[in-house]
Amino acid sequence: MQPIRRITVADTHGAVAEHNPNLRHHFDTMEQQFDSATLGMWVFLLTEIMFFGGMFCAYMIYRTMYPGAFASTSEHMNPLWGATNTAVLIVSSLTMALAVRAAHLGEQKALQILLLLTIFFGLCFLGVKAIEYREHWVDNKVPLIAGHWDYSNTDKYPNQAQYAKQAQILFCFYFFMTGFHAVHMIVGVALMLTIFTMARRGKFNSTYFTPVEISGLYWHFVDIVWIFLFPLLYLIGHTKESLF
Amino acid sequence: MHSIPSVRTYVLVWLTLTIMTFVTFYVSTINLGEWNIVVALLIAFFKMMLVILIFMNVKAESPLTKLFVGAGFFWMVLLLGQVAIDYISRTWMPEGKMW
Repeated sequence: MQPIRRITVADTHGAVAEHNPNLRHHFDTMEQQFDSATLGMWVFLLTEIMFFGGMFCAYMIYRTMYPGAFASTSEHMNPLWGATNTAVLIVSSLTMALAVRAAHLGEQKALQILLLLTIFFGLCFLGVKAIEYREHWVDNKVPLIAGHWDYSNTDKYPNQAQYAKQAQILFCFYFFMTGFHAVHMIVGVALMLTIFTMARRGKFNSTYFTPVEISGLYWHFVDIVWIFLFPLLYLIGHTKESLF
Repeated sequence: MHSIPSVRTYVLVWLTLTIMTFVTFYVSTINLGEWNIVVALLIAFFKMMLVILIFMNVKAESPLTKLFVGAGFFWMVLLLGQVAIDYISRTWMPEGKMW
């Protein structure tokens, strides 16, 4: 807990006001400053909704166009990896929420441990994603790469050859959507490292923890994106006949 | 600043989210025809609401913040809804060729 600097400020009644050193001069109260920061973060998240929203919309269109290809193509994806990553991300969201709570209560030690846990689970997620990408590469499933998606010399996937072209569209979506999501995860991990360093330096206390709060909002948002990516990309053709 | 949920609440939300992940995985192995995607998206929506309201603590935010969050939803409904109306209704035309 940082000591509160007492500055004598003569207000209209001539009383003495306490001034929190973390209160910027253009805000009246800490409460107002906190609300403004949260609102500003949400405005940023709205632009993120538009960013991912466009991709989800394009996905919806192409899935309506080629339901059979999309359903049959997802047999190349391993839903177990996807489910594992969903679980990992949900745990990281829990530790993040608890970290914000610890910051709110001024529990420095708990805050640092929970931030480290969040970073750890974020890295676990990225590790699983890397394993998956490697599998796709080995399995020749990268669109527009010579030699990939070529069924002319193999009958490994007998019912796939007919979809070879359209299937690449799904994999384009897969790589773009999970790729941009992974970029957001990397940014999130970097953000958490920054917040952790700040926490170690004792920048936060129970009256000021805005950076923890708004970084938490970002982390949860990235989690939400994955909550939708998982069923849309991994669970489409889980039952073979189910179509859009 | 705002009231913050208890550890118990957070853990319960986490449990629910994890269970819903198993449920959505299990349901996807059952063939419900067109309803597979509907169920999957409903579960995802439910999970999203839990994360937004409890983890992101929008429940306790100011009405202005709630309005902004709602605007995000509204925008997504406009985007996906209007586009879906177009693509779904194309087959309704008498000489309709879809693509």
